[in-house]
Amino acid sequence: MNGVTVVALGRIEETVLEAVTTVLGHTFQIPVRTAPALPEPVFAYDQQRGQYGSVLVLRHILKERAEPASKVLGVTEKDLFIPMLSFVLGQAQLSGPAAVISLARLRQEFYGFAADGDLLITRAMKEAVHEIGHTFGLTHCTDNRCPMSLSNTVQHVDIKGTDLCATCATLFEEKRRQYPTSNNRSSAAG
Amino acid sequence: MMTHWPILVVDDEEVMRESLAAWLREDGYTVDTANSGAEAVEKSRATDFAIYFVDLKMPGGIDGIETMMEIRKIHSDASIIIVTAYATVDTAITAMKEGAQEYIVKPCNPEEISLLVGRIIKVKNLQRENSILRKKLTKQYRFHDIISKSPAMLAIFDLVRDVASLRSTVLIQGESGTGKELIARAIHFSGDRTDKPFIGVSCAALAETLLESELFGHEKGSFTGASAQRRGKFEMAHGGTIFLDEIGDISPKLQMDLLRILQERKFYRVGGAEELEVDVRVIAATNVDLERAVREGKFRDDLYYRLNVISIHIPPLRNRREDIPLLADTFIERIAPELGKEVTGITEGALRILMNHDWPGNVRELENAIERAIVTSKTKMITEEDCAFVGAPRVQEAQEWSVPKDMTLEEVENQVITATLKRTRGNISEAAGILGIDRSTLYDRLKKHNLPRS
Repeated sequence: MNGVTVVALGRIEETVLEAVTTVLGHTFQIPVRTAPALPEPVFAYDQQRGQYGSVLVLRHILKERAEPASKVLGVTEKDLFIPMLSFVLGQAQLSGPAAVISLARLRQEFYGFAADGDLLITRAMKEAVHEIGHTFGLTHCTDNRCPMSLSNTVQHVDIKGTDLCATCATLFEEKRRQYPTSNNRSSAAG
Repeated sequence: MMTHWPILVVDDEEVMRESLAAWLREDGYTVDTANSGAEAVEKSRATDFAIYFVDLKMPGGIDGIETMMEIRKIHSDASIIIVTAYATVDTAITAMKEGAQEYIVKPCNPEEISLLVGRIIKVKNLQRENSILRKKLTKQYRFHDIISKSPAMLAIFDLVRDVASLRSTVLIQGESGTGKELIARAIHFSGDRTDKPFIGVSCAALAETLLESELFGHEKGSFTGASAQRRGKFEMAHGGTIFLDEIGDISPKLQMDLLRILQERKFYRVGGAEELEVDVRVIAATNVDLERAVREGKFRDDLYYRLNVISIHIPPLRNRREDIPLLADTFIERIAPELGKEVTGITEGALRILMNHDWPGNVRELENAIERAIVTSKTKMITEEDCAFVGAPRVQEAQEWSVPKDMTLEEVENQVITATLKRTRGNISEAAGILGIDRSTLYDRLKKHNLPRS
């Protein structure tokens, strides 16, 4: 089966995983399933920075793909980084199989506010679409309402929607021809 | 999408290198990576990257600063961002002094990188746009091989178009290096005779008897060395145009012969008995004030009036300084690739030097100056330093050479020409270029001083 496998790295709320699975199936019209959760990515922990290296996480979750032609999205509570940047909200292999999103900075608590479950879910959905969009070869969009626009802060994330803009949707249709998928959604996609 | 601006990420650490590259690719850039300074320099030879992210510390090879310096030798205007984990004022100063565009400390905020890359690309886009617009502008002001936007020259272009298809004789006057031959060619190639021959003759280059034979041809045995019949330039130009350069220098006998051909379109080959008839348009040019030469009895007035049917006077470059930037751009665009140099433009300061010079050798002198500046230029732009020689006496020569007492101007000119020809081993074009005059003027002077051609 071609499609996307969503895998939790450690304990993630069911509601978040369900929302992510649903939005990916809806946006990209591909089968989406969830795989059993993996342990927290302790192997990627960088003591000096107190964060988790996203490159190592991507390499680790690759084996969770259902089959070589499919894609995998990891979801973690841990704060991710790449060496050059102080943090990343997520990372993907452009036109590749793996992507990961971090919920750490999508939570209101991270900024000293009260928890907001709905807002977290909405943000996670947008970031999931953004990173899986990259795996289909989409690059950043200049329309800041499109989920493919670059967001370095939650303020940017909140401006975006979950639906691809007309340009990115057209580009995705072009790209999808390179990644033949079945239109029959799996039951896990919901 | 900005895929046409490639970026190179240089770092010895794979995770660092690949993660930054992946992050930039998500932004739509084409990104390549290099795991050492040496590899980066090698890759920069093949590709002119828009931005280089170079890690400062790369053990076991050349470090970030050295890498940057090597890349800048290849691409002087490369935008190089030095990346370091350890911020010290000293390294930052060194990096900026050696030409780094930015100096960033990792890890940095994602927004900072986005803004930085966006800002550099914006400047690159503006530079590219500027270059395209300048090229378009040059095209707009091009008439055949002549570039000008000066009103006087534009009026000449109009006149050229108007008279191109007539057979009337044209007299082009102007100082050396103003492009008299280019105007003559423009007349020929704008008119009905465009697919017929355009034959140029430099009247100053040859002695009287040789010029006569050159123009009218000769019969076999007509003089010593005339071992076969030979067609002259007038015959060769039949149906087309003959361009007689430096017409002010021809002898009284030739003046008479020319007058006859202009009146009757008929002539005899040297030593020949058969009268030949040709359909030739005559365009003559001179840097001599012919009206004055007529008044002084050095030039036949009837020939002058025959030649001066349509008169074109090309203004010297100092009277149309607005053409200097256009001409400079055109010469850079043409000469730099010929010399295998990557020079693409000229700085404002250098242009100011060119604009302030009087250019006694006119466009040709400017062309030679641009060529010399390109040869010495170490960057993509011609700088003030590259143009320092313009208008200044050649220091070395000034120190070595003092004018002997009681030397006349004629003798000085004789010595300068002799020395220059010696230096160029008799190469006339090269010597004319060094002296800032055209070849026909140099031939003229050789004749005047009775100097051998090599």
